[in-house]
Amino acid sequence: MGVALTRSAQWTAAGYGTRTLEITPLNEAILKEIMMFVESFIYKYPQEARYVFVEPLEWKTDLDPSAFESGYIVGETTVKSEEVDENGQPLLFLSVPHIKIRNFGQLSRFLLIAKDTKLKEAQACVEANRDPVAKILGLDYNTMKEDTSTVNILDKVTKGEDSENEIKMKIARLLSQLDLHLLNHSLKHISLEISLNPTSVKNDIEMLKNFSGKGEQTVLESISYTSDYEFSNGCRAPPWRQIHGEICYVLVKPHDVETLCITCSAEGVFLNGGKTDNEGEINYERKGEIYKDLVTFLKEKSEKFSENMSKQEKRFSNKKEKKEPTNDPPEKEEAAPVQKAITGSGKRTLEKNQINFGKSQMTKRLEPSLSWKATVRFKEYRSLLRDPQEEKHRRRPERSGPPVKPGRAQLVRKSTEKIEEIVSESSSESEEDEEPLDRQEANADLPSEYWQIQKLVKYLKGGNQTATVIALCSMKDFNLAQETCQLAIRDVGGLEVLINLLDTDEVKCKIGSLKILKEISHNPQIRRNIVDLGGLPVMVNTLDSPHKSLKCLAAETIANVAKFRRARQAVRRYGGITKLVALLDCGKSSAELAQSSLYDARDVEVARCGALALWSCSKSYTNKEAIRKAGGIPLLARLLKTSHENMLIPVVGTLQECASEENYRAAIKAERIIENLVKNLNSENEQLQEHCAMAIYQCAEDKETRDLVRLHGGLKRLASLLDNTDNKERLAAVTGAIWKCSISKENVTKFREYKAIETLVGLLTDQPEEVLVNVVGALGECCQDYENRVLVRKCGGIPPLVNLLVGVNQALLVNVTKAIGACAVEPESMMIIDRLDGVRLLWSLLKNPHPEVKASAAWALCPCIQNTKDAGEMVRSFVGGLELVVNLLKSDNKEVLASVCAAITNIAKDQENLAVITDRGVVPLLSKLANTNNDKLRRHLAEAISHCCMWGRNRVAFGEYKAVAPLVHYLKSDDPNVHRATAQALYQLSEDADNCVTIHENGAVKRRKMENLFENCHLCQRKVETHLRCVARSARDRSGSAAGVMPHGLHRWKCSVCTVTRRGSKDASSQ
Amino acid sequence: MNYGISDNPRHVGLELGYLRTLQCVEATLDMDQKTLKKLVESISNTVKNFKKSEVECLIRLFHSLVERANVRLNNLGLDRNAFRAILHSVFGMTDDMLMNRVFFVFDKDHDNCINVKEWVKGLSVFLRGTFEEKLKFCFEVYYLNGDGYISREEIFDMLKNSLHQQSSEEENDEGIKELVDITLKKMDYDNDGKISFADFEKAVREERLLLEAFGPCLPEAKNCIDFEALAFRHILNSSF
Repeated sequence: MGVALTRSAQWTAAGYGTRTLEITPLNEAILKEIMMFVESFIYKYPQEARYVFVEPLEWKTDLDPSAFESGYIVGETTVKSEEVDENGQPLLFLSVPHIKIRNFGQLSRFLLIAKDTKLKEAQACVEANRDPVAKILGLDYNTMKEDTSTVNILDKVTKGEDSENEIKMKIARLLSQLDLHLLNHSLKHISLEISLNPTSVKNDIEMLKNFSGKGEQTVLESISYTSDYEFSNGCRAPPWRQIHGEICYVLVKPHDVETLCITCSAEGVFLNGGKTDNEGEINYERKGEIYKDLVTFLKEKSEKFSENMSKQEKRFSNKKEKKEPTNDPPEKEEAAPVQKAITGSGKRTLEKNQINFGKSQMTKRLEPSLSWKATVRFKEYRSLLRDPQEEKHRRRPERSGPPVKPGRAQLVRKSTEKIEEIVSESSSESEEDEEPLDRQEANADLPSEYWQIQKLVKYLKGGNQTATVIALCSMKDFNLAQETCQLAIRDVGGLEVLINLLDTDEVKCKIGSLKILKEISHNPQIRRNIVDLGGLPVMVNTLDSPHKSLKCLAAETIANVAKFRRARQAVRRYGGITKLVALLDCGKSSAELAQSSLYDARDVEVARCGALALWSCSKSYTNKEAIRKAGGIPLLARLLKTSHENMLIPVVGTLQECASEENYRAAIKAERIIENLVKNLNSENEQLQEHCAMAIYQCAEDKETRDLVRLHGGLKRLASLLDNTDNKERLAAVTGAIWKCSISKENVTKFREYKAIETLVGLLTDQPEEVLVNVVGALGECCQDYENRVLVRKCGGIPPLVNLLVGVNQALLVNVTKAIGACAVEPESMMIIDRLDGVRLLWSLLKNPHPEVKASAAWALCPCIQNTKDAGEMVRSFVGGLELVVNLLKSDNKEVLASVCAAITNIAKDQENLAVITDRGVVPLLSKLANTNNDKLRRHLAEAISHCCMWGRNRVAFGEYKAVAPLVHYLKSDDPNVHRATAQALYQLSEDADNCVTIHENGAVKRRKMENLFENCHLCQRKVETHLRCVARSARDRSGSAAGVMPHGLHRWKCSVCTVTRRGSKDASSQ
Repeated sequence: MNYGISDNPRHVGLELGYLRTLQCVEATLDMDQKTLKKLVESISNTVKNFKKSEVECLIRLFHSLVERANVRLNNLGLDRNAFRAILHSVFGMTDDMLMNRVFFVFDKDHDNCINVKEWVKGLSVFLRGTFEEKLKFCFEVYYLNGDGYISREEIFDMLKNSLHQQSSEEENDEGIKELVDITLKKMDYDNDGKISFADFEKAVREERLLLEAFGPCLPEAKNCIDFEALAFRHILNSSF
């Protein structure tokens, strides 16, 4: 019984804890059999019926106590049987709604009592007692493992010799007989059902598709699979559902009914729970009756369908026969052997067959599941993999500082991805993906190509040169771009042979082999295999061949293979970079090859292939260095002067890739490459334009380069390229170049002249992020100019910019905040920003996890606060906003700290807000930062301190938190901005006498030195003079007074002096 | 390790040695200058790939080869064996059958002997032949019975030694047959079961590797260079 229940019964999958039996004909049949067995038990085996179960069978019953009659003690809500066990416990105990039954006799009687509802009761019993045999006979008896079960039971039973055991044995045997019977029975049942298979379902769906569409005559409006992925066994259902026999899910929209979500399974067709909110998921639960096939189902569900169907029935069936005369017979054949097996064999073997059959079916179905998971995982991987990739690129920019850099990383990544989508899996983890994918192939039906290729590989292995060449040429005729062929070559061991051929000195074989390798190495798996088989060193050696066509092919293959890190590393390690660079030198044609061989290509072609390979290789940092060391840059510069587009693209591509390195940028400048880049920008080829723009983008970090671009007239071309927005990659590159170029003021003027600003504003909407980052970056630079700010506002650029503040792209946010900060300098623009709630959005970006975004947002907030009318009010309106800002002072990123200090400076201008941030502990936090030697931070920190002094006893507090002494040392800095800010802060702090003493004690600052320092700054000079006077006076007085105690009067006196002088300085500045 | 290619015994030392051991060509040439001039003149008219001085070198070389090969006979030309010896040792060919076939193609007048004109003409294709010339040459080598087609049987003949490691002859024949089928599938564009010159040309133009589809019948580039370097060494030397 146990086996039958677990194997044959169809359990629903929905619940984990309490699974229920589905109401299928098969289950019903099984239950009926069980009931018959139990009901007749009491008559057939009266002795065994008295046997008390080891554990009671418990379940919830709907039966009313009143239904029980004689032989039972009936209470209000309880029923006890009169029959009791040795200990006097009743063998049936009902306490509504729970029932416990402890022998077959009571079980039989119970079913008799239940009458009409006995099926339901039996079902409930089976559901609640998933392992009835264990409960009846004890756990030992449940170790019934298919064949050995009987033996096991006999073993158990023969050990004990008392009568109870004899009974037990008998029951065990009876149960196993029942089990067998059930299995046979269900098998018969299964064989009676019209079991659908993937092919027939597919045919049905295809057929219906042909008759679907708009219009009255069609049978359906639409029919489609929920999943595009088809497993090798023809199913589309996920593997864990395939185990339940489900084949696929279809969305059908009939003319007269809502869209139906239908499950096609081996048992038939039924309505499922439909699509769930969770995208792509389906509620697999069965929601309706099972129909024998899709057409029957739809006829039942949709009147229109059956109407139109009957109209077309004739045509339909005719067509069906015509269309698939080949498809039908195999279906029948498939079914036939099963039937035969059922009718033909004896009972015992039959059972085994069934089990094995089921088993193999199960394993078969399980297998593709791995690959299915792999595909899902693969997708996840790719999205996951982007992050490390991004990280990798970002790390470098971070090193060199400026917050705008990630934009480049973004762009670089973009370009890398585009050229070699799979490159992103350069990390080792992605290699895990290979294995599950292999499995699927092994399982799939092998296409005819596979056998043909296998034959050819045989000739490669066992043939002489002539046979090899023929086989290679023939292999080349296969569609090598197709994955089946690529993998077939690998699977039959072709890769090894192809690579080994490169080691021989048969030129023709090498050429043929490389021609194939070149094609199949477009496949990422094959690339890895080639590297694993040691293909790269041989190919690198082939680069030395005197045959140019061999060189070309080897270089091209390397270009394909070197798309992931390990491969690139291998190329370098085997000296490939030097050899590839040597290929670029197409001028020197060696005398040895004065005579042209038949198989030879032109020098230019060799150089092109070399550049192509270098392009692939140049994605690794070390390779870039190696290319430079091998003298690649002058050669690339020379090739850049040619006019062949297919030569220029890899050359510029390599340059663009390498230009991420400082060394290269210097060399590029020295080799006067910019000029040629600008020239090629004028080419008609979009890819070339893109790479040129990209290279300019990389190089234009450098001021001189930016000037060169302008001098060679590149800006106009860049501006004009903005008009074509179809090619997003190119647009990204062009806007990137414009961004970097616009760092120079002169260039910005030019851009305005070319009306680029207006176009850029137009690009703020409906563009991919790669483009947006650059557009916004460019606008940020342009808006440093007053006229451009006005222009951007007038073109309506501010609303889209503010809209971009809600994005998630880090690089984009950095640029957007910067651009908005630039715009906010204009009070009129500020009004728009404020109206669009831009300040709140900026403020919320302070919570962004990326420090660069935080810093950039804080910077942008400064002009916003400065230029808003009721800034104080506005700032207060942000709930928790001030606390957020103060807490950012705990950051350990210098840029964040500096920007937050600047923001605090502006916030502190409002007295109320100053009070709030003082409460939030701004003073100790600022004081803690004082020991820094970062000039930028020093400057803004000093400013913040000077502004925060204006509240309460903050001045004194700064002194207490030991902020004063370090501040004095800031005066040693070389940055005049730091001096100015520090002087201001010290001036404020010196209003407290203790601080004065501290300043004096840290008196490394001599008055004369100060005067020298501030010669040019009238205001500072005044302040410093003033406060130095104060300091000097206070110290003098202090030395005269009792040591350690600050006379109260002095304090007051000094303050009055300071106030006077401060007033004086204000007058001076206003004059 | 077997790389799937029959080892082609190459005796570099021998082939170069062979040419070097030829006695100094000028000394042994018993032909007066006038006759030589005339001969050079007439050959140069038909063979465009060589300069006159080169033709002269080749004529001298031919005579010294003939002299060396068959002292007993009249100096008519190179017979099959002598020519095969040259093909083998100088141009590194190994397949007897193909060498015979090359001989027959060189031997335009079918007198079983290569005379000086045939020698120079043949070498011009060998060493400096254009693609079309080589195409024609190879096709001629491969079709022997003269009907202008390479038949299935001929292909079978030419390829029958192209497999090794087969356990039995039967298996081998089976393998060759399949290989022939593959070849015909690839090259027989008009599906008439044999390869015409048009078929051959089309296939080779599409894939140059198929030029020597049925066995090597042209010298490898390296051998050509070596040969030229030696044969024309006097010119090269004098030009410096």
